Amino acid sequence: MTVAVTKLRVEDKLFQNRYLVDPGRPHIKVRPHEHPSANLLALTRICPAKCYELNDKGQVEIAADGCMECGTCRVLCEASGEVMWNYPRGGFGVLFKFG
Amino acid sequence: MSGEKFDAIVIGAGMAGNAAAYTMASRGLKVLQLERGEYPGSKNVQGAIMYANMLEEIIPNFRDDAPLERHLVEQRFWMMDDTSHVGIQYRSDDFNESTPERYTIIRAQFDRWFSRKVREAGATVLCETTATELAKEGGKVIGVRTDRTGDVILADTVVLAEGANGLLGARAGLRQTPTSESVALAVKEIHFLPEDVIDQRFGLHGNEGCVIEAAGTISRGMAGLAFLYTNKESISLGIGCLVSDFAATCESPYELLEAFKNHPSIKHLIADSEVKEYAAHLIPEGGFKAIPPLFGDGWVVVGDAAQLNNAVHREGSNLAMTSGRIAGEAIFEVKSCGGRMTKRNLALYKTMLDDSFVIKDLKKYKDMPALLHTNSRNFFMTYPKLMSEASKNFMRVDGTPKIENEKATTAAFIKARSRWGLVSDAVRLALAWR
Ligand SMILES: Cc1cc2nc3c(=O)[nH]c(=O)nc-3n(C[C@H](O)[C@H](O)[C@H](O)COP(=O)(O)OP(=O)(O)OC[C@H]3O[C@@H](n4cnc5c(N)ncnc54)[C@H](O)[C@@H]3O)c2cc1C
Ligand code: SF4
Repeated sequence: MTVAVTKLRVEDKLFQNRYLVDPGRPHIKVRPHEHPSANLLALTRICPAKCYELNDKGQVEIAADGCMECGTCRVLCEASGEVMWNYPRGGFGVLFKFG
Repeated sequence: MSGEKFDAIVIGAGMAGNAAAYTMASRGLKVLQLERGEYPGSKNVQGAIMYANMLEEIIPNFRDDAPLERHLVEQRFWMMDDTSHVGIQYRSDDFNESTPERYTIIRAQFDRWFSRKVREAGATVLCETTATELAKEGGKVIGVRTDRTGDVILADTVVLAEGANGLLGARAGLRQTPTSESVALAVKEIHFLPEDVIDQRFGLHGNEGCVIEAAGTISRGMAGLAFLYTNKESISLGIGCLVSDFAATCESPYELLEAFKNHPSIKHLIADSEVKEYAAHLIPEGGFKAIPPLFGDGWVVVGDAAQLNNAVHREGSNLAMTSGRIAGEAIFEVKSCGGRMTKRNLALYKTMLDDSFVIKDLKKYKDMPALLHTNSRNFFMTYPKLMSEASKNFMRVDGTPKIENEKATTAAFIKARSRWGLVSDAVRLALAWR
C-alpha cells in the first residue's frame, strides 16, 4: 500500500461535512463493559467516521459527533445490547449537501 | 395535527417514500409524510444512477425540471488487481436519444425536487421530524408517534419507507434488523472538477456521462464493489463491502477508499479535484431470500427497508420508486373499493409487486448473495489477479513463444483454484445467474 493511504486522517474527511450536533444528547451509547466483544472491538476499525476508540483500560468508547448515521454499529452490536442506537432528533446530525 | 386522521402516513422522503406519497396524494388521498432530515435528501446517499423509466411511470414529464447531471453513454466494468485493471467497455451513440434511459443525479438535490412534487400533489410533508414508534391497537397499526409530540398521529395505513437502516418496523416486530451478512457498508466521496476537464478525461461531450464499476483486490478479499460516476462538474466515487466481511477482516472503509483513489487506474481521473463531502450508508444485499413480510394490518413496507435492492446490478432507487408507486396504487385501490386496510386487503400490494420487475429480478438472482459471500476470496482476490496476469502474458512481446505464455496462464489458473475449483465456480456462477 502507498504511504499516502496509511497517513490518511479520517478527521480531515469529516471536516468537509456539515453537522448539526444536539448537545448533551448523543444518539448512540455503548454499554459499560470490562472487555469488548470482537464485534465491538471491530468498530474501532470499521466505523467509517472513526467514532469508536479504545481507552487506556482497553474498553471501547464512542464520540458520536462525526457519525454519518450509517447503521453499521447498530447492525453489529444492537442485538447483543452492547450498543444502544437511535436516530438523532429530527433535523439534527449529519446534513449531506450532495449525498 | 392532533385529532386529524390521514389515509396514509409515509415514513421517509427518500425514493420509495416520495414515490408512494406522490402516487397517493395525486389520486386524492390525504397523505402525511414524515422525514427526519432538515430537508429531504439531507440523510440520503446514493452513487447515483437514476433509471428514467421507473420515474417516468410516476412523473412522466420529469425531464422538464428535475435536477439531472449527465445521461450515460458509456459503461466500463473493471477487474482490478493492485496495479492494473482488465476491463470491458460499452459505449454507444444510441444512448444519446431524446429521452435517455439513465442519468447520474445528486441525491440531496434530486430528493428536494421530488419532495416538491409530492407537496404540489397535495401531501403534507413534515421535515425535521423523526417517527419514533408505531402505534398499535389490537395488533393493527393505527398511526405513529414522533419526537415532536407524544401524541399518536392517526392513519388508516402506514407506509414504511425508512430505508436500509429503518428502526421503526424492526422495533415494532414487523421485520428483523438486517444481519451483517445482508447489508454492505458503502463509503463515498464527491470530487469537484471543471466540466471540460471531466469531458476531456472521459472522452465526453455536452451532457454525456460515463460510469466505471470495479471489483477485485481493491476490496481485499471481501465481497465488494467500487464505483466512479461522472456528474456535470463532479465525480462521485466510492466502495462498499459486506458488513460481516468488514467485521471479520477489520479493514477500515476509509482506507479502502483512499487506496481506490490512489490506484494507478483511478488516480489520474480525479487528479487536482476538490473533495467536498464524505458519506457512508448501508446497501441491502440479502436479495430475494432476505425480503421480510411486506404488509400487515395497517402497514406496508417499501424500498430498501424491505431489502428490495438488486446488488448484482447496482439498482436500488428504481426498485424503491417502483415499490413505492405500487404500494400507493394498491392502497388507493383498496380505499376506492371501500375496503379497510387489513392484512387481507393489503395483500394486493404484494400481488402487484410480484408481477413487476422488482420481484422477478430479485428472484432471478436469489442464489447470488450466498455464492458471492461464501466464495468472496476467489471472486474478489484470486480471479482478478489471474485475469491481470493472463492479460499481461497476452500483451507482452518479449520473445517468449506464445504457446509458453498460454501454458503459463492456464497453469496459474489451475494452481490457484485447481481444475475442479474452476469448474465448480463456473457452474455455480452460471446457476446463480440463470
Ligand atoms: C453508495 C451507494 C450507491 C448507490 N448507488 C445506486 C445507484 O447508482 N443506482 C441505484 O438505483 N441505487 C443505488 N443505491 C441504492 C439506493 O440509494 C437505494 O436503493 C434507495 O435510496 C432506497 O430508497 P428508499 O426510499 O428505500 O430509502 P432512502 O433513500 O434511504 O430513504 C429513507 C428515508 O427515510 C428517512 N427516515 C428513516 N427513518 C425515519 C424515521 N423514523 N422518521 C422519519 N424519517 C425517517 C430517512 O431520513 C430517509 O430520507 C446506492 C446506495 C448507496 C448507499
Ligand atoms: S452509525 Fe456508522 S458512522 Fe455512526 S457510529 Fe455507527 S458505524 Fe460509525
